[in-house]
Amino acid sequence: MKRPTQPTETPQVGRSVPRLESQQKVTGRAEYVHNLRLPGMLYGKIFRASVAHGRIRRIDVSAAQAVGGVYRVVTSDDIRTLLPEPYYGPAFHDQPILAIDKVRHVGEPVAVVLASDPHVAEEAAHLIVAEYEELPAVFDEVQAMTSKAIVHETLKPAGTFPDLKHLKGRTNTNVALDFHLRRGDAERALATADHVFEHTFRTQQVMHTPLEPFVSVAEPRESSLTIHTASQSPSFVRIELARLLGWPENRIRVKVPFLGGGFGAKLYVKLEPLVAVLALLTRRPVKISLTMEEQFFTLTKHASTFRIKSGVTKDGRITSRQCEVWWNGGAYADIGPRVTQKSGFTAPGPYDIEHVAIDSYALYTNLPPAGALRGFGIPQLVWAYESHTDLIARALKLDPIEFRRKNILREGRPQATGTPMQDAAIDKVLERLGVLLDWERPFDRGSGTVRRGRGIAIGFKACISPTTSVAMVNVSADGSCIVYCSTVDMGQGSDTAMAQITGEVLNLPTEAISIVHSDTDVTPYDMATLGSRSLFHMGNAVRLAAEDARAKLRALAAEVGLTAETPIADVFRKKYGMQAGNVIGTGSFIPSYTPPDYATGLTPNATPFWMVGGTGAEVEVDTETGHVRVARLVNVADVGTPINPKIVATQLSGAAIMQLGFTLFERMDFDAAGQLRNASLAEYKIPGLLDLPREMVNEAVVAEQRTGPFGAKGVGETGTFGVSPAIANAIEDAVGVRLTSLPLSAEAVYRALRAANGEPLPEE
Amino acid sequence: MSAVRRTIRFKLNGEAVAAEVAPHANLVEVLQGEFGLYGARESCGQGLCGCCTVLVDGHAVSGCLYLAAFADGAEVVTVEHSASEQGLDAVQEAFIETGAFQCGFCTPGFVLMTRQLLAEKPDPSEDEIRHYLSGNLCRCAAYPEIIDAVKLAARRRKTAP
Repeated sequence: MKRPTQPTETPQVGRSVPRLESQQKVTGRAEYVHNLRLPGMLYGKIFRASVAHGRIRRIDVSAAQAVGGVYRVVTSDDIRTLLPEPYYGPAFHDQPILAIDKVRHVGEPVAVVLASDPHVAEEAAHLIVAEYEELPAVFDEVQAMTSKAIVHETLKPAGTFPDLKHLKGRTNTNVALDFHLRRGDAERALATADHVFEHTFRTQQVMHTPLEPFVSVAEPRESSLTIHTASQSPSFVRIELARLLGWPENRIRVKVPFLGGGFGAKLYVKLEPLVAVLALLTRRPVKISLTMEEQFFTLTKHASTFRIKSGVTKDGRITSRQCEVWWNGGAYADIGPRVTQKSGFTAPGPYDIEHVAIDSYALYTNLPPAGALRGFGIPQLVWAYESHTDLIARALKLDPIEFRRKNILREGRPQATGTPMQDAAIDKVLERLGVLLDWERPFDRGSGTVRRGRGIAIGFKACISPTTSVAMVNVSADGSCIVYCSTVDMGQGSDTAMAQITGEVLNLPTEAISIVHSDTDVTPYDMATLGSRSLFHMGNAVRLAAEDARAKLRALAAEVGLTAETPIADVFRKKYGMQAGNVIGTGSFIPSYTPPDYATGLTPNATPFWMVGGTGAEVEVDTETGHVRVARLVNVADVGTPINPKIVATQLSGAAIMQLGFTLFERMDFDAAGQLRNASLAEYKIPGLLDLPREMVNEAVVAEQRTGPFGAKGVGETGTFGVSPAIANAIEDAVGVRLTSLPLSAEAVYRALRAANGEPLPEE
Repeated sequence: MSAVRRTIRFKLNGEAVAAEVAPHANLVEVLQGEFGLYGARESCGQGLCGCCTVLVDGHAVSGCLYLAAFADGAEVVTVEHSASEQGLDAVQEAFIETGAFQCGFCTPGFVLMTRQLLAEKPDPSEDEIRHYLSGNLCRCAAYPEIIDAVKLAARRRKTAP
């Protein structure tokens, strides 16, 4: 590929530059941890729990150890010779590196076999025998509130988050966090409302399914450790390993190349503590690559139950809303408590409601852990409140767009927390959806056994806060430029966006700028690549670093008596007498933030920016089979001013198609004992080319995030928000049945149709 | 595993090569371990995602299920082929221009299957594209752009001298 290096006056922001690493990706030469092999490296294979909840009576590794070629078999007893307290986690220190005393979900890691040949390790792992005293287990998030089955004897909050401190040492509970918000008096307002509506909605447990499964390598050095890992949060990996080992941060180096997808799965720490202790125990490099099956036991998306109750006036104004949300966090908290609070406070939806009450609970259960998945809980909430909104509009015989128009949060109005809405184009997204769907025109409703319907939904999200990003921009003596930042490019195009921002400031073509991938010995701190935060936070840090470099270059030119317009190479040559030296600009960004009041959940400054996304769906329902076909899917979003319009459109489209899978068919299927029955792509289907809607439209409204880099803000999750409820709303529009649980499978639709005809099918 | 290894000889991206392989070794393992070619990669391990696609005697196979011993005497082509010999081909260029990938992990499989599709049907309909490539999965869901890429590559190949 051509790499122009001459200065340019062409604006770099707003260009649809192809991804900088395009050539590497289409030739199969892009770097992933998956490609890494080190001399003397051992492969680890994990032996996993076969019961959902049980006390470990005995682990017999003798047969595994006896297999020729096995280097060592490791259990938590070995790990505790190194670390007395080998528990990790971002919110709670609740997850043991390998199971200790108890197992809490099927598939929990119990032991590891190490061998130079991964096939040997795998064969030997099958020979390990574990005996458990089975304990009563709990799987449902609502039952977990009152269940006698207790997943963790004592709660162990990590201490990082002030709002978790009150939970420390609590016993006999599965509630990992309770978040409450009270604004006005929802109860009294409901009692006097003209109409009251109450519904309960549920979502299922699903999995990220990155096609590059989790993989980490630990490489022991003299007095340090290098971790090569497919992680979205290299800085957190370093800090958490330093804490576990009691080492200073500079003895742990975390390197991350490209990721083969992440979607929230590869956050915080996953395999890294395990490979780290294995490398320290053996003094050899250790690699663990999970299989697709093992990913299902590692991290998932929260199943949820949401009871929502609204008071509405005769003319369709929503005056009060009560929200109760239960999040099924599985056996380990991961970041679930953050989902409960940071997303919980948007549970009433993008509506201007005077009286609001929210109760949001993170629950431990005996299922595989749940964490962030492309939306951090928002798609579960939008599913409920936009299905509810549609039901209210239907009951009051109001047009769904008009009903929303009457109630949406407008610029400057306070959201449920009291934080005023700023740069949130909810109205534009709603209106644009109406236009793109030709809402006012007559709609073909189908005939015979194929009925057509349409529906819309809008949702919003507050970007998580407060988080920090730090960046460096290095201008070399020939004027070429390198950006150092710890944002991980997992496919979202962050390398390209950061280069565009740098190029815009320094008048350099994007293609001439190099990006150094995350390496904690080299690239500065970044909170993590999550929650659509990077373009805003790291983008601001990179912009500041580039501006700092530009100011230093100008100062250098002035120092040697040259004008600011002098070519950079000439300035360096005059200063140093040859092609030598460099200029390093730095930038650090953390937005302002006010934590919510513990008792009321209110805050004047909940978030640095709002994301807004809406979806319109036109569906065809086969009344003989229940099969739903999405004929047209329209996604509209407020992404601020796009840095790279093409990448923005593909992010919206990709997110919506992923959510289409979660909407129509993806579901982790557990039996009554907590055994997962479909942990493979043979039985757990993700969307393929034949599942695509016949037509898709993806559009960003004209908008500006005034605090973002060049008016931009995050987009990675926005396309997921409205998909599920828009389709459920369209199904009711087509065939008159309402589904309140995901997925909207053909079977679920058919059962509802039969029930509506007075011929219900027997339950399974 | 004390399995008996045997020597296989085959053509890899146009070059005659030999490798000592265990009977259970699959093609992806051999390409990675013996030849440093990582473009074909295991993901689902069941031949359902297409990430491990390799061409053997001109036919796409799932390299994670295809025993390396069967490649003895065959002609094996991986995604790295054209990059090392003639630069990018029309399919790869079309994938770049249309933005037909995000994380890139599945891309080699899509590129190889698209080449095979266009060799069989130089002017495929959209329906044919969807069906032909339905055995390849992309979790980033760059599917609309992949369809655009196949169409663009087909046009380019037709007008190419």
